[in-house]
Amino acid sequence: MTSPRTCAPAVLRSLAVVSLVLSTAAGAAQGEMAEHDLANGMKIVVLEDHRAPTVASMVWYRAGSMDELSGTTGVAHVLEHMMFKGTQKHPPGAFSRLIAAAGGRDNAFTNRDYTAYFQQLHKSKLPLALDLESDRMHNLDLSDAEFGKEIKVIMEERRMRTDDKPQALLYEQMMAVAYTGSAYHSPVIGWMNDLENMTAEDARIWYRKWYTPNNATLVVVGDVDPKDVFGMADERFGPIPARALPPRKPQVEPAQRGIKRVTVKGPGELPYLLMGWHVPVIRDVVNDWEPYALSVLVGVLDGSDAARLDRALVKEGRIAVSAGASYDSVNRASGMFFVDASPAPGKTVADLEAALRTELRRVVVDGVSDAELRRVKAQVIASQVFQRDSMFGQAMQIGVLHTSGLPYDSADTQVRRLREVTPEQVRDVARRYLIDDSLTVAVLDPQSLAPKTAAVKPATN
Amino acid sequence: MMHTMLRSAATVVALVVTIAPAHALLPIQAWTLDNGARVLFVENRALPMIDVSIDFPAGYGRDTRERSGLASMTLSLMRLGAGGLGETEVSGALADVGAQLGSRFDADRAGYSVRTLSSAAEREPAIDILARVVQQPLFSADVLGRETRRLVAGLQDAATKPESIADRALSLAVFGDHPYGLRGSGEVDTITTLTAEDLAAFHRRWYRSDYSVIAIIGDLSRDAADSIARRLTAGLPRGADAPPPLAAVKPLDAPVVQRIAHPASQSHILLGAPGMKRDDPDYFPLFVGNYVLGGGGFVSRIVEEVRQKRGLAYSSYSYFVPMSERGQFQVGLQTRREQADEALEVTRATLKHFVAEGPTDDELVAAKQNLVGGFPLRIDSNRKIHDYLATIGFYRLPIDYLDQFVDRIESVTVAQIKDAFQRRVDPDRMVTVVVAGGAREQ
Repeated sequence: MTSPRTCAPAVLRSLAVVSLVLSTAAGAAQGEMAEHDLANGMKIVVLEDHRAPTVASMVWYRAGSMDELSGTTGVAHVLEHMMFKGTQKHPPGAFSRLIAAAGGRDNAFTNRDYTAYFQQLHKSKLPLALDLESDRMHNLDLSDAEFGKEIKVIMEERRMRTDDKPQALLYEQMMAVAYTGSAYHSPVIGWMNDLENMTAEDARIWYRKWYTPNNATLVVVGDVDPKDVFGMADERFGPIPARALPPRKPQVEPAQRGIKRVTVKGPGELPYLLMGWHVPVIRDVVNDWEPYALSVLVGVLDGSDAARLDRALVKEGRIAVSAGASYDSVNRASGMFFVDASPAPGKTVADLEAALRTELRRVVVDGVSDAELRRVKAQVIASQVFQRDSMFGQAMQIGVLHTSGLPYDSADTQVRRLREVTPEQVRDVARRYLIDDSLTVAVLDPQSLAPKTAAVKPATN
Repeated sequence: MMHTMLRSAATVVALVVTIAPAHALLPIQAWTLDNGARVLFVENRALPMIDVSIDFPAGYGRDTRERSGLASMTLSLMRLGAGGLGETEVSGALADVGAQLGSRFDADRAGYSVRTLSSAAEREPAIDILARVVQQPLFSADVLGRETRRLVAGLQDAATKPESIADRALSLAVFGDHPYGLRGSGEVDTITTLTAEDLAAFHRRWYRSDYSVIAIIGDLSRDAADSIARRLTAGLPRGADAPPPLAAVKPLDAPVVQRIAHPASQSHILLGAPGMKRDDPDYFPLFVGNYVLGGGGFVSRIVEEVRQKRGLAYSSYSYFVPMSERGQFQVGLQTRREQADEALEVTRATLKHFVAEGPTDDELVAAKQNLVGGFPLRIDSNRKIHDYLATIGFYRLPIDYLDQFVDRIESVTVAQIKDAFQRRVDPDRMVTVVVAGGAREQ
């Protein structure tokens, strides 16, 4: 539903997942899903979609940056890169070359909660994708030479996504300050110093620890017969032996006892304010209600250009050039509810903070209207249908739900629960959770460039 | 954290590949209304939804240097109050039925689209709002003032960002006085001079029924699509003349090198030159050749040389932006500033070598395998097909363009690629922009 104009790529990455999951929450109304469990503990989920002769195939590992240990932050993502570097059977570069030659597209992504690898191809090429995924699940060749080159690429990625993007640095600091004792403290890409000191052995240890079929799920959406997919998967993944997974420590975030504030300076002209509160996420799809009320609250605040924040701060109050809200109701550890804004000329972030607090207080004091709720629910129902236009999106939804510990087919139930949210529940969660004791306020303090460096000289040819 | 450069790959697909589809499995219906509006339609009943767009030749190619930003501001304000409804009523009415309003804006095209559920209760209000936005924008002076102040704040901030600085410097140098070199959103000095009357006049001039192209896909009949097209264009002015063509883009006279200081940790390195047109006779050789050079992600030469062999960059790419006139050919990467010269050298050498020698036979085979084998992925959602309909319509590509796509790819030869690149890309006569290169100044 809503999502962040906040922040730069690294952030958008995670927030992109937010909006995706919201529209999950927002719904799916999908066809039947078929499930098959291999003897080694690997799970296969297939969703038929016969609109085109293509498939989206994804292998999800329940291992993300939240599983990392201090000193090797970023290793989940480093391993993701190394997974394209080959096996005894397939030399470096062969994975992508073979998929490309089959007319396919492949890539991967790492987040706090998981790492996933995907291919999109013609349905006749699905066996190739499964060949390659099963091979690298247990035969990865992690050489020092390939690691030495790839770690440099990853440091360039960190510079591009984070170090040179003040809003991304701000988001990184927001999370590091809001989360002190839990694993969401560190950025997915890792701290630069950890990357500089990482070794191929760190990646090998990570691979041996987490890359085992009992920690993996294959999700296939497309023009396939589930029985065929199960057969192909049995043949390729079935022989891979399971290994015991290490215990996962809960790492519950200690209770916050008062407001926290952090400031980040970086090149720019436009200040930016990001406020975040610790809030619950969905643990029990059927019986929880608070996460659904928080999702509806985001819709009331930022579900459209007619929603409260844009209207009050940008269009009518004119104290902001942009304003928004976001919340991720589905993840493994814990949730945060964000509001953000940039000030209009002549206004300060203090003005913005006051105006955002006023809007949130209005929810607590006056509640929300039936008309606002109807609007949010209409958007949820529609996006539930729109979501089905993308095989990739449907596969993402299944994978995110499953790796987060929720039933992978629970999207429809979540839509139903969202539709049951009452105005009083929205008011309740605002009152209960959006309080100063669990708030972190992050401010981007922009630093003007010296005039000569900012100037772009006209072309001279 | 995407492993590869999804961003650049996506750019290539969106910008470069014109029209894909093919299977004659994709029956496109096309017709012209009495008022001159052209309609392209695909009926697809699989999901209870429809996508509708209407585009006009009203991109920033119609701007002048003095009024740069007029085209963009006109489009932006159309949704901010129309047909007797204020801006909040427009967006509220769409949100009430769960519809999503989108816009398209580039140097050639400007227009709106809506995605809505197909049942009458949702579809009717959504189409009603779209018609008001297209036909009866209010162009409130008050809203214009507010939007201008927002945009000024954004432009001033963008002027501090290395990627924005590099993009601007490149476009200016590549296109010189041609409007393709203007910033689509305009400049601080120009947008602050625009009036509501300017916007209304621009709207009257360019948002004409006979200039419009309507693309529709989804759960509706041809009659219903025809009726929507009529509603969207009913109130628009109409003329008899075709839209005046844009000026031709001039080739570069000489190489240009610009180095711009910035405190960033990475250099932004861009090479550019005028590239090709949408209906270019060299379209397919350049398109297939660019896949080998820098459009094919991990299997392209630029990524192989810059990233895989040397670890110099996370993102590196090349692409053509085919437009009505010659759009930009661009090569780019970001790298740690201390190694900017090395990365630039490697990139230039790779480009030079490719232009001189062309692809190998094996590379061409691999490119065709991907582009032909991947063809079904280009038309496997309503969203993708809808984009193609809009492009076929706007650029007046043959209606069976999609059916021909695979054959056109298959027929490209190594000699054609080499010949086309040698005539169209001169590595010794390009614009080079390096922002934040070399050791950091203190």
